[in-house]
Amino acid sequence: MSIAKATAAPVSTLARLKCVKPTPEQIITFVTLSILFSVWFEVTRREIVPKMFVPSPADVWNGFVETLTVGYHGKNLIVHTLVSLARVLGGWSAACLLAIPLGLAMGQSTKIRAVFDYIIEFYRPLPPLAYYTLLVLWFGIGEFSKVLLLFLAAIPPLTIGAVEGVREVSPAVIQAARSLGATPRQVFLKIILPATTPMIITAMRISLGFAYTVLVAAEIVAATEGIGWVVWDASKFMRSDIIFVGIITMGITGIALDGCIRGVAKRLLRWKYV
Amino acid sequence: MHAASGHVAIREVTKIYDPDGVNVQAVDNCSFEIQAGEFMAVVGPSGCGKSTLLNMIAGFESLTEGEILMDGEVIASPGKRLAPGPDRVVVFQAGALFDWQTVLENIIFGPVTTGAMTRKEATETALELIAGAGLKGYEHEYPIRISSGMKRRVEILRALINEPKTLLLDEPYRAMDAITKAVMHKFLLDVFDRVHKTVMFITHDLDESIYLSDRVGIMTTRPGRFKRWIDVNLPRPRDFSIKKSPEFLRLKKETLELVHEEAKKSFERGEREGG
Repeated sequence: MSIAKATAAPVSTLARLKCVKPTPEQIITFVTLSILFSVWFEVTRREIVPKMFVPSPADVWNGFVETLTVGYHGKNLIVHTLVSLARVLGGWSAACLLAIPLGLAMGQSTKIRAVFDYIIEFYRPLPPLAYYTLLVLWFGIGEFSKVLLLFLAAIPPLTIGAVEGVREVSPAVIQAARSLGATPRQVFLKIILPATTPMIITAMRISLGFAYTVLVAAEIVAATEGIGWVVWDASKFMRSDIIFVGIITMGITGIALDGCIRGVAKRLLRWKYV
Repeated sequence: MHAASGHVAIREVTKIYDPDGVNVQAVDNCSFEIQAGEFMAVVGPSGCGKSTLLNMIAGFESLTEGEILMDGEVIASPGKRLAPGPDRVVVFQAGALFDWQTVLENIIFGPVTTGAMTRKEATETALELIAGAGLKGYEHEYPIRISSGMKRRVEILRALINEPKTLLLDEPYRAMDAITKAVMHKFLLDVFDRVHKTVMFITHDLDESIYLSDRVGIMTTRPGRFKRWIDVNLPRPRDFSIKKSPEFLRLKKETLELVHEEAKKSFERGEREGG
């Protein structure tokens, strides 16, 4: 019965998709996802792997319902998600405000680059957990050290993106602007800024991804809320269903955030895609 | 407007690049004048210092020796260099439109940026120029959507709107296909007949240099100096048929021989340096 249900659903969805003529790629994506889902369904239905490790789709669904109604450790899933989003967006926004102007300055002045380049290049490849211990030692286990960790993780992609963006602005374009009478200040505002925008937006997307990957690490230490903490805490109680709920939630919010940036980018960069 | 506006004088100008203690002399004791309203073409082998000369007039490069005057006023000397400005607008070989601005926005960039015109005035003037250049209907397109020939026309309009005293064109039609080039030549000739600006046009296309200009300066290999000046007394307005006239062919033969001599010298020197 349940198999019938599982196969019936994709067919009817496909039928509906046919009205809008899906591209071959969309069909491939859809089929891939369907297969993955079916495998998951079958593996758990036959209990090939113990439920403790891989929950069934139904378990995960119930996990969602439970965390959205009763909550997890007293807090609703939405609250956990919002707390995490606030941390990620807080750290990332602060990083954008600092690192984009810094990167633009580094891109234009070799002296400014000489000051910051090696500092950023040194800590960039470090695993965030390595220096997180220091941050906790210095700033305690409160909110500040968490946001600071996300902030630090978000910086390098932004500065690198901005520096490369500035370097890629064609010298002829800058000379043309100066020849047309633009002052150095106007060259920065009217030429360098718009010319580097595509690169900076890409850097912002990568940076947000970085901050996101560090989230669980930031929430492991002495937290009582947040989606990363939920995943970590659930693992201690073998609640694989809750782990799945947490991971799926993170995945969806991640895609949504990236979609927001892409939406803004599409409007800002009309000149590139029309 | 001054009657003699746009007269450029280059006096004993030398340019030595000194990047890492290795002196490279790009321009050697070069003197010439471009009369107000004259179309002067400069031809010469690659690396002969043509662009360096143009960049010194434009204000992008400093002088090692000598001075450059515009309408009798020194605008550049070893200790002094006037910042690049809309009185000496440059159009570059690689193309330098602002991709994030529409055709119209590109054209009004100069006067709006310097405050010479209000946005409204600039827009009106630009729309006239656009219509005159056969670009009507494209004013709100981004550069990525228009052809290379259109881009070049937009770049020239973007320079013209500033009412520059001189137009400095640095091989603007390099790497263009023959048809586009022919269209661009016609466009530039028409523009020149209308506005009569002083023009310095760098190229290594001999045909083009004679077809467009009043005078062709032929430069030597590095260190660059002028080898010969050839007056082009072909009547204006000109069109394509003039290229078949005996006078045109005679001029072409003359310049060709001079340039060939230089090319040979440059080749032989290269052989020696290589050996």
